[in-house]
Amino acid sequence: MGFNHKHLIDITEYSADDIMLILETARRFKEVNERRIKQVPTLKGMTIVNMFNEPSTRTRSSFEIAEKRLSANSLNFGGSSTSAVKGESLTDTVETLCSYKIDMIIVRDKHAGVPRKIADVSGVHVIDAGDGKHQHPTQALLDLYSIWETKGDFNGLKVGVVGDIGHSRVCGSLIPALKIMGCEVTVIAPPTLMPARPDVLGADHVTSNLDEALPDLDVVYMLRIQRERLEGAPFPSLREYNLLYGLTQEREHLMKDDAIICHPGPINRGVELDSYMADHPNRSVILDQVYAGILTRMAALYLLLGGSEDGIVA
Amino acid sequence: MALLLKNAHVIDPQVGLDETCEILIRDGKIVEVGHDLEMPKGVERDLGGKIVVPGLVDMHVHLREPGYEQKEDIASGTRAAAKGGFTGVCSMPNTSPVCDNAVGIEYVKSRAAAVGKCRVYPSGACTQGLKGEILSEMGDMAAHGCVAFTDDGRGVQGAGMMRRVMDYASQFGKAVMVHCQDDDLVGAGQVNEGVVSTRLGMLGWPAEGEELEIQRDIALCRLTGCPLHIQHITTKRGLDMVRAAKAEGLPVTCEVTPHHLFLCEDDITDEYNTFLKVNPPLRTAEDAKALIEGVADGSIDAIVTDHAPHTEFEKNCEFELAPFGMIGLETSLALINTHLVSTGKIDWNRLVQMMAVAPREILRLDPVTIAEGSVADLTVIDPDLAWTVTTDGFASKSANSGFIGAELVGRATDVYVGGYATLEDGSIVE
Repeated sequence: MGFNHKHLIDITEYSADDIMLILETARRFKEVNERRIKQVPTLKGMTIVNMFNEPSTRTRSSFEIAEKRLSANSLNFGGSSTSAVKGESLTDTVETLCSYKIDMIIVRDKHAGVPRKIADVSGVHVIDAGDGKHQHPTQALLDLYSIWETKGDFNGLKVGVVGDIGHSRVCGSLIPALKIMGCEVTVIAPPTLMPARPDVLGADHVTSNLDEALPDLDVVYMLRIQRERLEGAPFPSLREYNLLYGLTQEREHLMKDDAIICHPGPINRGVELDSYMADHPNRSVILDQVYAGILTRMAALYLLLGGSEDGIVA
Repeated sequence: MALLLKNAHVIDPQVGLDETCEILIRDGKIVEVGHDLEMPKGVERDLGGKIVVPGLVDMHVHLREPGYEQKEDIASGTRAAAKGGFTGVCSMPNTSPVCDNAVGIEYVKSRAAAVGKCRVYPSGACTQGLKGEILSEMGDMAAHGCVAFTDDGRGVQGAGMMRRVMDYASQFGKAVMVHCQDDDLVGAGQVNEGVVSTRLGMLGWPAEGEELEIQRDIALCRLTGCPLHIQHITTKRGLDMVRAAKAEGLPVTCEVTPHHLFLCEDDITDEYNTFLKVNPPLRTAEDAKALIEGVADGSIDAIVTDHAPHTEFEKNCEFELAPFGMIGLETSLALINTHLVSTGKIDWNRLVQMMAVAPREILRLDPVTIAEGSVADLTVIDPDLAWTVTTDGFASKSANSGFIGAELVGRATDVYVGGYATLEDGSIVE
């Protein structure tokens, strides 16, 4: 079982086998995370730069924990200290970082295509931690992991993605990833939040009617209404959004008995989810997704940086 | 001082010439065209059967001076024009300061006279500062040599304002040239809305944002009678609107760029090549195919480049932060020859019509013909010369071409402006 990737930038470059290897590796890392001393020396001596040019708490924290548990040296670079604020070009910033002799850059940026450009300029390993409205591949991997752990299999699984498809980097990776794994994908959103060509992402069905779509779904993936990323006002009010697209207790009777609920977080309670659904003991896997973030990011770091086999079990 | 061009394959549809003959030039004008011409004193040049056409004109060029001389200036931009085979270019007014008054027109003219390697026909802004709010002094600019009016780079947003622009401009016998873009619809669009905007996760620039303004401006042309020239048309439906306006008899013309003919949105890959970020954006392959049909059937009047130089550092950045535009002066002729003439989609007469005759008509310039009495603005073309577009091969200060690496056939070898060589054997005459 070979893993021949230098970067994790575009999920469509990964095969179903590649993705399964990441998920299986992630599962093996569970044991490390359940010890009292949650650290292995696998990436000792490796230097990873967390280049977060856009505010991020969850994704950055998750990467940092994954790096620390693998004993990598990590440097946080970004926020108010970003060079862009001082007028430095992206290329110059990356070349400066590379002069530190680093091994990997994990990048979050508000502009699409930045991770690819960094990969071209730097020559080091790059993980896309979210670029503009383009992709967010590690989010897709942790989503897949949670679905796999709960459902056991992807083949023929019916997944509905609800919300701001058009401005979502999560969808840019998640929908293609679900297709790679053999799922059937329905995208559900008001037309103002739909991308121009959802079929290009891989969506099998496109609808604006949540109630009609719900009864078929094995997985209901609720997207966060990203108020900061909405251009114009694509719906009249949060109230109306909740009425038409909110996954609420009133809608539970439309769901399959074993349908699960995913959400990338942070949740806007009362908008896309009510508390009943967000905290549903049998359906909600939202906190499992957070844990899966640690496991899959450890797996991605391990596989991309060629960590030793005994690193996992050490 | 006389010049005799021998062994010239003259192609000029205006006078029905397509044969090898000789051209005698004296005092900047063509004195005689024929065979076995006598020249008592002067210089002879044997062109070895190369094609000679009326001097090419690119009626859509950003020379960037004054204000953006890091990208290009009148000296370097006109050198690029000469290298591309052009005897004249129409400069766009979106400089800094904006060319929206007679002082701006005079500045461009005087710099061109001092350092230019081709004629520069300045256009002036329709509205002061390109803001779309107050009419610019079009009468004064026209009196100082402004050839047309345009707010190129953006559309005039208000229909009432655009009607005022066209009403007012109509008294000066010049065309209003329009960059069609409805800002409210286009917003911060980066690439064509559809496959590429979805795939690359960037805001879309929908075709309708262009087509709505084309339709509006055609209606205003009908209302005002002002000659209307649609700049850099990119869509099949937009072209159909122009066809319908022409069929109606309205004074409407349009232009297309080589990059909208020979590139399309599919060329923008996950490399996010900023050289392919242009405004209006590269459209679909079907649109490009329809535009080529429009070139072949005569619906499209002129080939232009929208030559838009930007420095290396301005383009070497995030796609969404990069400025729009690519250069084109030095590749235009070769691209049209390689893709359209060599493949038999159009003939040389059609190329001359679109790159020499129509631009002068639209800009209300005196015609240039290869006949006695005409100004001796001539372009000599080696139609078989094969060459490759390279970053370091440009005379322009900038290299932001979407055609780097393209293998092309045909190139201007010599250019004469008023009987004087600006390009000789492929080298700029200093």
